[in-house]
Amino acid sequence: MSTLAHARYVMSENPLTLAAFVLFFLLVACALFGPSLVPYDPLATDVAAALQPPSRAHWMGTDSLGRDILSRIVVATRLDIGIAVSAVALSFAIGSAVGCMAGYYGGGADRIMTRIVDTIMAFPLFVLAMGIVAALGNTVANIVLATAIINLPFYARVARAEVNVRREAGYVEAARLSGNSNVRIIMLHLFPNIMPPMMVQISLNMGWAILNAAGLSFIGLGVRPPAPEWGIMVAEGASYIISGEWWVALFPGAALMLAVFCFNLLGDGLRDLIDPRMRT
Amino acid sequence: MSALLEVIELSKRYAVGAAHSGALQRLRARFSGQPPAPSLLHAVDDISFTIDAGESVGLVGESGCGKSTLVRLVTRLIDPSEGNIMFAGRSTAVIPARLFARMPQRALIQMVFQDPTDSLNPRYTAFDTIAEPLRLLLGMRERQALAREVATLAELVGLPPELLARFPHQLSGGQKARVGIARAIAVKPRLLVLDEPTSALDVSVQALILRLLADLKARLNMSYLFVSHDLNVVRLLCDRVIVMYLGKIVEAGPAAEIFSHPRHPYTQALVSAIPQIGAAVQRPRVRLEGEPLSPIDPAPTVCRFFGRCPRGEARCGETMPALRQVGPAHTAACHFAEGST
Amino acid sequence: MEGAAPVLEVENLGIEFRTRSGVVHAVENASFSVEKGETVGIVGESGSGKSVLSYAILGILDAAGRVTSGRAVFGGLDMVRASADELDAVRGRELSMIFQNPRSALNPIRRIGQQLEDVLARHTTTLHADLRQRAIECLAQVHIPDPERRYAAYPFELSGGMCQRVMIALALACNPALLIADEPTTGLDVTMQAAVMDLIGELSQSRHMATILITHDLGLAAEYCGRIIVMHAGHIVESAPAADLFRAPRHPYTRKLVLASPHGRVRIDELESVPGGLPDLRRADLPPCRFSARCERRSEVCERLPLPHHARATGSNVWCHHPL
Repeated sequence: MSTLAHARYVMSENPLTLAAFVLFFLLVACALFGPSLVPYDPLATDVAAALQPPSRAHWMGTDSLGRDILSRIVVATRLDIGIAVSAVALSFAIGSAVGCMAGYYGGGADRIMTRIVDTIMAFPLFVLAMGIVAALGNTVANIVLATAIINLPFYARVARAEVNVRREAGYVEAARLSGNSNVRIIMLHLFPNIMPPMMVQISLNMGWAILNAAGLSFIGLGVRPPAPEWGIMVAEGASYIISGEWWVALFPGAALMLAVFCFNLLGDGLRDLIDPRMRT
Repeated sequence: MSALLEVIELSKRYAVGAAHSGALQRLRARFSGQPPAPSLLHAVDDISFTIDAGESVGLVGESGCGKSTLVRLVTRLIDPSEGNIMFAGRSTAVIPARLFARMPQRALIQMVFQDPTDSLNPRYTAFDTIAEPLRLLLGMRERQALAREVATLAELVGLPPELLARFPHQLSGGQKARVGIARAIAVKPRLLVLDEPTSALDVSVQALILRLLADLKARLNMSYLFVSHDLNVVRLLCDRVIVMYLGKIVEAGPAAEIFSHPRHPYTQALVSAIPQIGAAVQRPRVRLEGEPLSPIDPAPTVCRFFGRCPRGEARCGETMPALRQVGPAHTAACHFAEGST
Repeated sequence: MEGAAPVLEVENLGIEFRTRSGVVHAVENASFSVEKGETVGIVGESGSGKSVLSYAILGILDAAGRVTSGRAVFGGLDMVRASADELDAVRGRELSMIFQNPRSALNPIRRIGQQLEDVLARHTTTLHADLRQRAIECLAQVHIPDPERRYAAYPFELSGGMCQRVMIALALACNPALLIADEPTTGLDVTMQAAVMDLIGELSQSRHMATILITHDLGLAAEYCGRIIVMHAGHIVESAPAADLFRAPRHPYTRKLVLASPHGRVRIDELESVPGGLPDLRRADLPPCRFSARCERRSEVCERLPLPHHARATGSNVWCHHPL
């Protein structure tokens, strides 16, 4: 079965996966083309139209400075998804490399890696992220770095465990007999086979990474106003909930929720797609 | 004439138990003034044998006897604790296992694995699997040449060419076994080690693969080290048989001789346990009770089979029987083996 | 034992599986019976339906499987139509099964003594105070050395052969009338295999227990079974006393199987293989004889007419248009 046919099969079996993929493409579309499609300039203020409830002119209402919330949410997609993707990519690259080596070589390397990972995990992860951003400076790059660091343990551990299981497999021994060096075995034989469980990890992590970035911005670290970002928007809207302007915080919060939900569902679907055993 | 493979007093011991690991134990030992005595598992104990060019040697024994370890030593996947392995006149034991992949001898010693499913990378197509040793060990890079060579190999092992693009899970057990064999013979090894190559296959497929192996051996002039617990198969394919028990060789000799006149009580039990379909004269069954002795720190003066042997006597617990000649090219390690049986 | 009712009587059993790629006609028209105290071997390659048949008899078929026709009567109860309660009362007590991989059939986190006690408590009237003693007796009966100490062992502490003995003890704890052994010796060494089979034979003889031995190893079946049933692609193709089956197989497939088996052969070129492969059991247009595509004695009637049953007084039965 070709990849496409298999993809179609996986979607048909599980409508939630299909929904997740559709949502994912929507998010990617917003990130890529959002700024050119939005009705209003996300940064343009219009104090006269401040705090307007959702209406035909402003589908999601306006915030305290009269900015259109819908436009801001769509444009924020680029920043949020961008941060999450960069952080997860960095985390994945370093974490899985380290985990693979620890799982394969064992011994001293394994012990050192495990201790480092345990140390990272000993901290409340969000507090650690806060600390890193506070120490290194309040920039988007540092949010990415902080998020990458606190997510590293997950990849390292999954990679280590999966490599450990497969290390004694017949095909690894056969690969040695075929002349593969240890590095080749890790990269070509073990790593591609641990991808399915890693895929789930990546997807779950994307959800966490988005929440992390939003959380840091919520407390004022990281992305600074007036840049549109879901976390900041929720922070700005938080103070208006009591006074009844619910839309300022709700819509960005809903966007966050949808994005995380989408990535969680995506993980399972991706794994089904990638695992060749599911192909018939 | 010099043998192709010569195994000389080969041993492999693994440290087991708490004593071997941990800084804590070493610290404790330093304070108590005694060095920690590690417990050693004798997987392979002082084994010596040879395989000549073109010869097919069977290796039999129950699980835990050390056949797998011996096979991994001979194919240089692990390093021995003691002893030497000479291949085509040069020692391979001096080269550490982790460096062996780059040696020219790597291509000369190959292996066919027991479980065809486990021994194929699930993400490699059959083509990739067979082509990899060609690329890495023979340096074949050019795509056309590779495709031609793989096609030739596929034909040699009876694998239809359209299956080369398939993944392992799309192949049947017999087809996977053929891919494994094609991969092993791709680099034209002189010694092919076969680790129970048909035990995971159905009877009808087994017959096909066995005939294929016999055919390949003759055509490509390889020597075989055929590990199996199925004695019938060993009898069909092998010129000589080595019987192992708890890490030691207990009997060795021509295949026909071992089956018709086994001299070691363990071999006798093995041979008598083979189901006999409609044999005119039924062999008496030698029953083995109990479990084998522990391979950890075995007493060097006690025969490994003592306690389970139906013929044990006092001297079996006092002196380890040496491997002695009991017939032309036939040796056995048993106090009772010499003389009549 | 003339005149006594058979312990198990299977008539025209048909089993299907619903899968994503179609309906698999796993077993069709299977009929056989097992007499009291008899040891019957069901021999076939993977995909022949032998395991599926026994799962259906025990009522433990996969959720995707369905019995489409026939009956399997055990002690007056039609097992394929019985209710869950009726099955529970019979399974483990009158009808037992042992499986291929002994280690996976035992609960890894419970001691084996406790697992034995569970079975005894569930199916017998043994008093709570006597359970431990009875469990130790069961272990002794399967020749486990030092049963008092092993009673407290976990499955991982035992070797494969011992785990298999424990499984046999579990299966026989309640003295069933019929034991189904599904590939009980696969993965065991030759000596262990012989020991396990000897044990089953000895116990079935002393308790007059009937045994069904499911295996792909023809030699094993020949050695330990009185009668052998050969299955191919979901059909029973031959059923005969073991010695007759080997000396003079009547079905072409049986003959091929005998020739493919390495037992007793001297030269490698004496080994023959069975040409072709199993037919795709999802096809709706399967011919009445599923072996015909691979058979050299095939003729036009094999594709058209339903299989005739040729029976002899010796107890030899074959379902073929052109028996040997």
